Amino acid sequence: MRGGRKPFFRRQKSCPFSSPDAPKIDFKDVKLLQRFVSERGKIVPRRITAVSSKKQRELARAIKRARNLALLPFVVE
Amino acid sequence: MPYYESVFIARPDISAAQVEALTESMSAIVVEGGGTVAQAEYWGLKSLAYRIKKNRKGHYTMLALDAPAAAVKEFERNMRLNEDVLRLMTIRVDELDAEPSVMMRNKNSRDERSRRDDRSDNKPAPKPDAAPEAKTEAAPEAKTEAASTDAATQAENKTEGEDK
Repeated sequence: MRGGRKPFFRRQKSCPFSSPDAPKIDFKDVKLLQRFVSERGKIVPRRITAVSSKKQRELARAIKRARNLALLPFVVE
Repeated sequence: MPYYESVFIARPDISAAQVEALTESMSAIVVEGGGTVAQAEYWGLKSLAYRIKKNRKGHYTMLALDAPAAAVKEFERNMRLNEDVLRLMTIRVDELDAEPSVMMRNKNSRDERSRRDDRSDNKPAPKPDAAPEAKTEAAPEAKTEAASTDAATQAENKTEGEDK
């Protein structure tokens, strides 16, 4: 099936937090965190957002802190 | 001394002045323990993402502390005893931000905006300053990329079909 297909080149995505002028990950920055949360309130996997693994861990921590303070929902129903 | 950031949510039925008084008294505990309160920010009455003790709103306050651990512990203990406090979170940070936090910045820009276009109901999604605007570009980009891959595969399938 796959044989005759020419390879598809995916454009390299870069981590949105790794550039020098990147925003700081902070649990208070709800607007920023909201972009990495699905409509249901779940944390979006990094294969979709292209966040580096180190930053993803930081991000997850920030999102969980924001949830604890009711800045972000645990679930959206 | 380590730095801490403490955010607490007070009950919505008390007034802003009472929250202020609460902040004062709690700061006093920290000072008593040999620490200092570098900054106290009142974020205002914000709506909660979910209900806490049947409340839908709460007064948010953030304190930036530079205090020994014992003082912070005592501060937290008193906070938890206080029934006006719905939620409390203290985290240690590497350094304290000198300038007001994102919350204050957003609130200020929102206030300016609402004054400018004379609307009161634009609370949820007013476009803030330039920074988040740049951020919003990332997500749609990813989507269009996915769409383009779909288109590409479709095109490929078509050509294959024509070959046969």
